[in-house]
Amino acid sequence: MPSTPPEPAASRAVPSSTELFGWGRTAPSGADVRRPTSPIELQRALPTSFQRGLIARGLGRSYGDAAQNAGGTVIETTDVAAFTIHESDPTSDTVLVTADAGASIDRLLHALVPQGLFVPVTPGTRYVTVGGAIAADIHGKNHHLKGSWCNHVESLHLQLADGSVVEVGPDLDSELFWATAGGMGLTGVILDATFRCPRIGSSQLVVDTDRAADLDAVCQLMRDGDHLYDYSVAWIDLMATGNNMGRSVLTRGRFASADEAAPKIGADPYVYKANELVSAPPFMPAGLLNNLSIRAFNELWFRKAPVERRDEIQSIPTFFHPLDMVRGWNRTYGPAGFLQWQFVIPFDATSTLTTIVDEISQSGCTSFLAVLKSFGEGNSGPLSFPAGGWTLALDIPTGIQGLGPLLDRLDDLVVGVGGRIYLAKDSRVRPELIPEMYPRLDEWREVRERVDPNRRIMSDLARRLGL
Amino acid sequence: MRDALGSVQSVLVLGGNSEIAIAIVDRLVASRCKKVVLGVRSPASATTTLNRLRSAGVDADTIVFDALDHASHAQVIDAAAERIGDLDMVILAFGVLGEQSEFNASPVAAAEAARVNFVGAVSSGLAAAAKLRTQGHGTILAITSVAGVRARADNFVYGSTKAGMDAFAQGLGDSLIGSGARCVVVRPGFVHTRMTEGMKPAPFATTPDKIADAVINGLQKNKEIIWAPPIMSILFTVLRHLPRPIWRKISAG
Ligand SMILES: Cc1cc2nc3c(=O)[nH]c(=O)nc-3n(C[C@H](O)[C@H](O)[C@H](O)COP(=O)(O)OP(=O)(O)OC[C@H]3O[C@@H](n4cnc5c(N)ncnc54)[C@H](O)[C@@H]3O)c2cc1C
Ligand SMILES: NC(=O)c1ccc[n+]([C@@H]2O[C@H](COP(=O)([O-])OP(=O)(O)OC[C@H]3O[C@@H](n4cnc5c(N)ncnc54)[C@H](OP(=O)(O)O)[C@@H]3O)[C@@H](O)[C@H]2O)c1
Repeated sequence: MPSTPPEPAASRAVPSSTELFGWGRTAPSGADVRRPTSPIELQRALPTSFQRGLIARGLGRSYGDAAQNAGGTVIETTDVAAFTIHESDPTSDTVLVTADAGASIDRLLHALVPQGLFVPVTPGTRYVTVGGAIAADIHGKNHHLKGSWCNHVESLHLQLADGSVVEVGPDLDSELFWATAGGMGLTGVILDATFRCPRIGSSQLVVDTDRAADLDAVCQLMRDGDHLYDYSVAWIDLMATGNNMGRSVLTRGRFASADEAAPKIGADPYVYKANELVSAPPFMPAGLLNNLSIRAFNELWFRKAPVERRDEIQSIPTFFHPLDMVRGWNRTYGPAGFLQWQFVIPFDATSTLTTIVDEISQSGCTSFLAVLKSFGEGNSGPLSFPAGGWTLALDIPTGIQGLGPLLDRLDDLVVGVGGRIYLAKDSRVRPELIPEMYPRLDEWREVRERVDPNRRIMSDLARRLGL
Repeated sequence: MRDALGSVQSVLVLGGNSEIAIAIVDRLVASRCKKVVLGVRSPASATTTLNRLRSAGVDADTIVFDALDHASHAQVIDAAAERIGDLDMVILAFGVLGEQSEFNASPVAAAEAARVNFVGAVSSGLAAAAKLRTQGHGTILAITSVAGVRARADNFVYGSTKAGMDAFAQGLGDSLIGSGARCVVVRPGFVHTRMTEGMKPAPFATTPDKIADAVINGLQKNKEIIWAPPIMSILFTVLRHLPRPIWRKISAG
């Protein structure tokens, strides 16, 4: 049974308060950060005093304050990161993998791909942990066909606030399982999980690219053809206005067979190289990424894309994780940091999508390429984000004047058509909108009440939004 | 909690009748702030503000706070936290301007002003910092003054108390690094409020609303020092470096 050794157990002395923030580098808070180095230590890391509670943290790739706990305890799981690829019938489509919650998709891929396997779902970065993937019920470019991460989980071990460990799954206390799926770590500490990984024909993808002149065009392309591709996402230029409003580059693909990949990579169909190429400088002056430089970047990027290209062979990092090539790119936004705003609205509200894209373009607010995707149906998680419809995600520097009121207005549009924003990305939504965005919030709260009546599991996100 | 755009959900104002502070609170309340405690010497004096906030749906209250009663400051902070939970922001807004000629005639009155502006800021600032440290988050907003950047012959007692408070607040901010809490310094120029009523306005004199706008903008941009109006930053960078004879002439107005 092939398995990986855990990461070397470096015992790090931690000061009593460490400042943590999310990927957007906004609103940090101080906490007693514990870094267990073994599964036993992880289980013992629950504090004896719960003055301000505890939350688990993976690789800190959520944008806002989900993996922070001001004045309380934060358990960083990334030193407990072993996993096992289970033996399987070679004719089965999927293979079971059991991984510690701290294992990253990055490390999983280094082990899985050479064996002809892939993760069921990957976000736009491979630097997320299995725990984070479950707690945010992450989605990827295959959501329209395969759903989100927790659709592929067989079972998981959860440590509850009282210290006990339970096993849950879709068929095993399914209520608690689905409350944990997208539950932002608030039902307990996920210790490990078993999930199904799909087989792949090679480490390469066959990719089709289409340049779309505007929003209508890209939506049409996706509506007509997404079902033909395993993976699909569009990059959209939200700074383009007028006739160019919503211009996009749509890339869609599937894994290549060994034969298709051979001309590019040679005999071994499963070679996998994923490295960070460069680092962003550790300190960036404010305003380097300004309206003009980003506008110029977006323009260049759009012009560079082919109008239409078919059957291009691309590697996993190029197709799935282009941003991972620059380590620490989140620092380039300067001291004020940045935020991501991501929402989903039903397909029948496409006109609202147009209104929102229009408003953002008109506002002149600086935004790098945003991501547009069509989701398939959601799952049973009351706080799971994905739901059938359009999802749009954009990064915005926080310093922009009038940004707060603009996003508040856009939130209202989203809520107005029964949409919601993604908690793993949020750092600013009005708390009173959450029950409208997540109408099953009370159901989720009942489960939380059952497993953590004293609210020992606590995060800044939970405090801010009054979850 | 503070959000990514610098909005907070609760605030304690020490010097709760300050016109500048009230303008700031109005903006906080218009964004995410739902809980306000006004620390004032006499609760009755804050009734109008309190009623206005409450009718806007804010959970607002007063608490007795006297900058001169240094021994009480830790209790004031605790009581406020008891009332509204986590203190996302504590504004140090109290202060007295005084009259230099009076201070010249009465060193005791001058010392009293220093006890309000500087000593009061030290004791309440440290008490607030201790609370925010335990919370692991929160912002102390210390309103100092451009008068503290360079003392003038005609108000150097006030100027020096503000200089002391400014240095204290900067050091406090540095000492909080790593705790999740922080201290942001606000340096207003001349503002038309009760404090400056009847005085000859200095160049770039402005209103509490304008100051509050600059503060909100600075908080959003995660500034450690907020000059208000922003032009003060440039103006005082120059003034600070003028040779003293020239400064004496200019500042004598
Ligand atoms: C560049 C970039 C691209 C991204 N693209 C996508 C995307 O395409 N799709 C998508 O869905 N998301 C995307 N994300 C968001 C990211 O996938 C999620 O925020 C994910 O949760 C991050 O995992 P993490 O290990 O960093 O978790 P953290 O950010 O450390 O934590 C996130 C949440 O998970 C909880 N958590 C972590 N570990 C545990 C545990 N062991 N037990 C219980 N709770 C736990 C935390 O408490 C917190 O609530 C992207 C993020 C970045 C930075
Ligand atoms: N106005 C300007 O031009 C200007 C310029 C730069 C800096 N500032 C500073 O900005 C802050 C706010 O001033 P403002 O212009 O808003 O003036 P303000 O309206 O007069 O407010 C000052 C407040 O301080 C309070 N105060 C005075 N002594 C106190 C004490 N012993 N204990 C508790 N509270 C006390 C007063 O409370 P009562 O209501 O009980 O009297 C008053 O509400 C002050 O620190 C001031 O120094 C002002």
